Amino acid sequence: MTGRIAELLRALGARIINNWVWRLGFAFRFLWFTLKESGASFRRFHLTIREIYFTGVLSLIIILVSGLFVGMVLALQGYDTLVRFGSSEVLGVLVSLSLVRELGPVVAGLLFASRAGSAITAEIGLMKATEQLAAMEMMAVDPIARVVAPRFWAGVISMPLLAALFSAMGVFGGYLVGVQLIGVDEGSFWSQMQAAVDFREDVLNGVIKSLVFGVAVAWIAVYEGYDAAPTAEGVSGATTRTVVTSSLAILALDVVLTALMFRGT
Amino acid sequence: MATSNLVEVQNVTFGYDERQVLKDINLVVPQGKVVAIMGLSGCGKTTLLRVIGGALLPDRGEVRVAGRVVNKLSDPELFALRRRMGMLFQFGALFTDLSSFENVAFQMREHTNLPESIIRDLALMKLQAVGLRGAADLMPSELSGGMARRVALARSIALDPMLMMYDEPFTGLDPISLGVIGQLIRRLNDSLGATSIVVTHDVAEALELVDYVYYMSVGKVEFQGTPDQVRAAGLSSLRQFVYGEPDGPVPFHYPAPDYRQDLLAQ
Repeated sequence: MTGRIAELLRALGARIINNWVWRLGFAFRFLWFTLKESGASFRRFHLTIREIYFTGVLSLIIILVSGLFVGMVLALQGYDTLVRFGSSEVLGVLVSLSLVRELGPVVAGLLFASRAGSAITAEIGLMKATEQLAAMEMMAVDPIARVVAPRFWAGVISMPLLAALFSAMGVFGGYLVGVQLIGVDEGSFWSQMQAAVDFREDVLNGVIKSLVFGVAVAWIAVYEGYDAAPTAEGVSGATTRTVVTSSLAILALDVVLTALMFRGT
Repeated sequence: MATSNLVEVQNVTFGYDERQVLKDINLVVPQGKVVAIMGLSGCGKTTLLRVIGGALLPDRGEVRVAGRVVNKLSDPELFALRRRMGMLFQFGALFTDLSSFENVAFQMREHTNLPESIIRDLALMKLQAVGLRGAADLMPSELSGGMARRVALARSIALDPMLMMYDEPFTGLDPISLGVIGQLIRRLNDSLGATSIVVTHDVAEALELVDYVYYMSVGKVEFQGTPDQVRAAGLSSLRQFVYGEPDGPVPFHYPAPDYRQDLLAQ
């Protein structure tokens, strides 16, 4: 009996070390190489700009439309609760704080992971499968500097901007439903919001969150693509892993960051 | 005048995990020659090409290219040497997000500070050499297999390499494209003053164009000689390979238990 438990524990340990610790070590080494080889991404900024277009600009539609809808729903749900306590004039505060502190970075991050993160992984994985990365190496061009780093930085730069746009559209959606549709007083909606939302405490902390999520998603996406087995199955598995791991990372990091940033002050 | 060897492979052994792919390989490629490494699929010839290019490190032995030991170079030294090498991959490996022209101009942009007008002229000259100047603006997805291979060839000679390596350049091509690629390999080698290694199992095409042949079987060089010596060779496995006989020393059947017993087992 004790032998079997020991055997199970040993198998579990081996699994954790081989599947998680080993991969995590590789991922950190990969991040270090990416940062080390990032010079070209800034010296030849057009390479990064091009990737910002693919990851950021092409994600705009889904981010803006989702932001609008989330803001509308927040206003509908928020009004329903607030009106019971006769505080419907603070609807603007509820909508904006929920968005800039929490929903903006988190939902934009989740959408970014599934729209842009998966695309980055699939692209790098397919480049590997079709020997484009090997060809680049044979041409004395480092694929980490030329392919990986510009995509990584494009993700890091795009994410906070997309989260800010998501929040802005959400506030606008809240205004449309709260003020235009339900009839909450427009002056209270905006003035209460202006008075209650602090730039440093709320807006800046939201931007920091989205920046951290951007680093996490971009890192996971480029690593999974570069590490993908060079087959159709390998690329599809890597793409799935990017979305799943990024989403879990965003939610876990959100707990930690929220605990550090907002302590009931 | 004696010709020196551009590539020297000495006692190279290489394996993936437990499986030995190259076993004590020795070969030389003289300057200016086109040398074929032939053999069945899976015999280790592509692995050997990667070892020569420094993409894989041998477990034992050494590889010298232009007098430098490839497997002992640092990364910057290896990259400096690779700028003087060109490699054509089996299916071209063109960058799918760049046009034919941009693919050819890629190395010039990465490794030189040439003005745009010169890059344009040079890239068009390389495309002209493979007959595809008219396809400069086409994307890789718009090219046929043979055209893609020719654009990849133009890309690999972009910086006038001293050593060209071809990994299965004839695979999957129609007879016309096959002949065109074969002619280009010979013509470019001679006009650029380069040295070429062609890894292939396309016997008829290779024997027409190369100067010397290394025949590999299960990770070893089994025979070497000029194309005429290969055709005349008595080695039975080489005869089977050259004349495409379905059965012989290389069996038609993959090793399996007795057929009758296997069928009657249940």
